This record gives sequence, structure tokens and C-alpha cells, in this order.
Amino acid sequence: MGISVSNISKSYKDVKALQNISFEVKPNELFGLIGPDGAGKTTLFRILTTLLIANEGEATVAGLDVLKDFKEIRKHVGYMPGRFSLYQDLTIEENLNFFATIFGTSIEENYDLIKDIYVQIEPFKDRRAGKLSGGMKQKLALSCALIHKPKVLFLDEPTTGVDPVSRKEFWEMLKRLQQKGITILVSTPYMDEAALCDRIALIQDGEILQIDTPENIVKQYPKTIYDVSANNMYQLINSLKAYQHKHSVYPFGEFVHYTDTRSDFNPKELKTYLEAQNLSNISIERTQATIEDSFMELAK
Amino acid sequence: MKIIFYIIQKEFKQIFRNKGMLPIIFVLPLLQLVILSNAATFEVKNIKFAYIDNDRSSSSRALIEKFEASTYFNVLTNFPSEAIASSAMLKGEVDVVLEIPSHFERNLQKEKRSNLGITINAIDGAAAGVENVYVTQIIQSYNKHIKTDLMQISDTQIRPVNIDTIPLFWYNETLNYKTYMVPGILVLLVTMITLFLAGMNIVREKEIGTLEQINVTPIKKSQFIIGKLFPFWIIGMGLLTIGLLLARLIFDVPMVGSLLLMYAYTSIYILVILGMGLFISNFTDTQQQAMFIAWFFMVIFILMSGLFTPIESMPEWAQILTEFNPIKYFVEVMRMVMLKGSGLMDILPQLIKTIVYALIMNGLAVWSYKKTS
Repeated sequence: MGISVSNISKSYKDVKALQNISFEVKPNELFGLIGPDGAGKTTLFRILTTLLIANEGEATVAGLDVLKDFKEIRKHVGYMPGRFSLYQDLTIEENLNFFATIFGTSIEENYDLIKDIYVQIEPFKDRRAGKLSGGMKQKLALSCALIHKPKVLFLDEPTTGVDPVSRKEFWEMLKRLQQKGITILVSTPYMDEAALCDRIALIQDGEILQIDTPENIVKQYPKTIYDVSANNMYQLINSLKAYQHKHSVYPFGEFVHYTDTRSDFNPKELKTYLEAQNLSNISIERTQATIEDSFMELAK
Repeated sequence: MKIIFYIIQKEFKQIFRNKGMLPIIFVLPLLQLVILSNAATFEVKNIKFAYIDNDRSSSSRALIEKFEASTYFNVLTNFPSEAIASSAMLKGEVDVVLEIPSHFERNLQKEKRSNLGITINAIDGAAAGVENVYVTQIIQSYNKHIKTDLMQISDTQIRPVNIDTIPLFWYNETLNYKTYMVPGILVLLVTMITLFLAGMNIVREKEIGTLEQINVTPIKKSQFIIGKLFPFWIIGMGLLTIGLLLARLIFDVPMVGSLLLMYAYTSIYILVILGMGLFISNFTDTQQQAMFIAWFFMVIFILMSGLFTPIESMPEWAQILTEFNPIKYFVEVMRMVMLKGSGLMDILPQLIKTIVYALIMNGLAVWSYKKTS
């Protein structure tokens, strides 16, 4: 009852949006598609939700073929597009009722599924959707996508433009939905959210770089990473980039993530180099790789 | 059925919540009906008339009095010379200049004939034509009058032969332009509002992204389309009703024919327009595009509908084109039924063409509406 994608390709005229994409999402799995803007995440979502027809390849959702059984699929999937796309001039309750009706159900029938989410916005149920805050809009959109008790839930960048507290809440909601037996495919450009998924696919320029659990992806990171910091961030980055043995240099919060080409790298040597570049307060510490580091390494 | 009903309910809610659109839908069209019906007439009145009287005789004064007595002419002034009259016309101060030659009276008495010079500003050709007819009528009636005056006893044997025509204007006896225009303008309003609203409606869902959300639901194409368009069908019929009431109350337009027939025809006609609107919205991505395309067709349809200019006077190719103009049929039917009292059999050709049109238009619209791209 999960999702299976094999060799899907899609191009818009000359632009190849997806190239030979294959992956499996197991039933009841929370699967993340992680990639930057323009990687092809939305195109893939549109193909799987039967809104778009792929040029090549096959895909099934909940065991149903996206081409042959598209009508059946539409009954069993919930889709929350990246852009808020509910009726701004209808109230919360009217929006929810509307989607319940066109799915041939009612709010009461599946209330238990959306209860956790809906109770948070229920006090405002007579407010028009256009007047809601970002976090509330997102909860309403999720409620609408869940109202017909879908087997598979597609969430296209659900947390883009949402504040950190709401984002955290949202992921907690997803975890709870997963426990209710719903397969969830979620896309996000935020690498920190990737760690919350069961498995993730790193995607860039229409190609999948790697598919694994977040832990394994981090474990497979081939190098040792050092957090480097100094008094002048900009000069630090430039100096590191100019260093002859550098492998990769990326700013990461208040640090710079540095990897070296040599296996017998000695941090003291680097410190001496940086001091010669007029930098002070230098600290070089070993650190754990993150999904972001893996992504940057794979996307190189 | 429940789904269609719910979509209709939702559409009406959205229409009535859109505070900007409500007056556009209901108030502006009626204002247009009142203003246009009063303004759009082919009658030419208050013609600025001046004359150059070189004769200064009792006959010439009698002729000018005739013009003064007419309600169409505003006799402004007597120009001393032709040159001054010409420059006044150039400035737009006068529309018609009558030049009475010297010896006008003497020639009439001696030779039984005389010439008059008429200059008409013909920038607006249609108005100039009408003005010419008015001038000719006045001179003719003056002519008859003068003949009897000048006739001498010896002439009485020779009776002048005069053929008089007495026209009877059927279906609109007083040639009241409002009677003629109101049904036509009513047609325009019903068409314009329904086409624009229907054309923009589905595009709007595309623009705000709700169409994508709808498309992943198991809703059937037909359910969605009927649910979306039915409210505009109702609005179209509502506009017709209000328009007919105004026509009756304000303009006192006769309604000879069957109201039921008018409603029956309109109910089918609106389907053509809704189909057209949906078709347009299927091929556009923004409301702006839809609006422009709808407007383009609207202008052609209006100008080629026979509402303002008779179709009979169009070139042949244009007449063939008007066969594809739904507004033409609607204008014809409304005028026929309202003013002439035509029955079902009389409007059958138009009715059949409209039904075929509705089937084709809606067929195309449903076929081109795709839930998957």
C-alpha cells in the first residue's frame, strides 16, 4: 500500500525535470524527498497525484497504477500542494465541508483522524481562510487533505514559510498520522527536517543522489568534518578555500564545516596557516556529519 | 447530485461575499440598460441650422419659417455671405447651411422653378443622410404650399400629379427607438455578464491554485462543470427578469409575445455563452487573458449582431460570418417575440441553430477541460 516509482522521466520542452527516478516507499512509512528548489520535487508529486503524466516510466500509489487507475487513486490520496490552495473567501468550516462533500464523506465521519489538528483551529471556524495566519492555514490545508481518510498523504513543502515552532508542531502531527497507518511522502528543502523521516531520498536536478535512512546517510559520509571558527567569518571562508589541502568548505551556522583531502590531517597545521592569514580566536573541533553535509558532498 | 448542489452553494457564497463584484453583476448592467437605451438612438435632433438669404423676399422668409417650425432644426443665424457660413461650418458651429439665391421669388413666379443650395456637414455620414432627408421633406412641403399659391386661374385645368405615400410602421408604429433598442441592449447585458463571469470563474480557480486541489479529488468533470456554471445560468436568467421588468416599467416596451417562450429561448442561449466562457477559461492561465479574449469576441459579436447596424447592409462575407454569432439570434428572437409576438414556429430556425451551437460549444468545452496536464 505504499508507493513505487520506477524509471520515471519527465521533461518540459528542453528542461529535464526528472530523469530516471526510481524508489519505493513502504506502507506506513514517513518518506522524505530532500532537495533544493527546482530539484523536481513538485513535478514528482504532480505525477504521483495524477495531475501530470510522465514521459516515461511507471508508478503505483497504494498499489494502483497512476495512469490506468488514476480515478481510484484520487479517492485514496490526500495532497497538500506547496502553495496554500483553499478558498480564501470561504471560512475554515466551509472549506472543510466542501472537501468532505466532494470526497463523498462528512466531517463527522472522519473526525477522529483530523481531531488533533482541527481542534487547534476550531475556535476560528467561522473565520475566512484568507484571514488566517500561516500556521493556521497550514493546519487547515492538512485537515482538508485528511478529511477523506487517505491511505497515502502527499505533502509538498508543507513547512516552507512557516515559523520554527509551527514547523516542529507540524512534524509531530505527521508522526501521529503515521501511527494511524497513513503512508506519508513529504518534500522539504530543510535538511534538519530530513532527520525526522524514516527514510529519505536526496534529489537534485531531477536525479536521485541517494536513498537511505537519515542515520545511514550520515554514517556513509566519507570524511571527518571539523567545525572551524575565527574572529572574521568572511576572511575565514576565503582563507580556507585558498588552502591547498582543502576538500570542502561550507558555512554552517556560526561555524565553517571543513574537510581535508589528506587522511593524516593535523588540525594544528591548519591553525598555523590561518594564523598566518591574520585570523585570531581560531578554534578547530571535530564534529558529526549532518544530512546537509552529506547532501553537499553528494551534490558536488 | 449532492456534490453538484454543494458546489453551487459554494459558488453562490463566493459570489455574494465578493463585495466588489456584486454591484458589477447587478447594478452596472441595469444602469447600462437605462443609459444606453436612452442614448443609443438613430434620431438626429437639434440640428444646428443657418441660412444665407440673398433674396430677402416674402417667399424666402416663408421657407425659413418652415425650418423654424420644425422640431429637428435649431435655426441659429442668418449669415451675410457664403464665406462666413463656410468658416462657421469649419469651426463646427453649424451643421446645415441653406443658401437662398437672389431672385428666388422672381424665378418661382416667372419660371415656376428655382434652385436652393444646401450644405451639410457630413463627417458623420449617417447623421448627414438623416439631415438631408429632413431638409428635403421640409422643402417638399413648402413646395406644395407654394404651388397652390402661385397657381393662376388658367393653370387650374392642368392638375399637378402628386403621388403620396403614407407609410405604416408595423410592430413599432411610432418608430420609437427605445422599443427597438431595449430588447437588443438587454441581450447584450445578459450575454456580457454571463460570458465574462463564466470565462473568469474557472481561470480564477487556476490562478489561486484551488483547481489543482480539486483535480486530485475523485470529483467528476461533469459534476464540477455543472456546479461551477449553473450559478451563472441563474444569474443570467435573473438579469433577464430584471431587464424585462425595467423595459416594461421604465421604457414601456410592448411585450406582445409569450414570456415563456422568451425564457425558454434564453435558457438555451445562456448555455451557449457559458460553454464559450468555459472554453476560453480552459485555454487561458490568468483572469486577465480570459478577460481579453472574452472582450475580443464580445466586441465582434456585438458589432455584427444587427443591433446597431443592420446585417442586410453588411458585405456578403460578413453576413455569412454573422451566422456564427449567437448574439444575432438572440437579438432577432427577442425583437420578434417581444415586439411582433412571434410564436415557437416563427423562431424555430433560430432556436434550432442555438441548440446546435450550445451542444457544440459545451461539447468542446467539456472535451478540452482536463483534470490532468
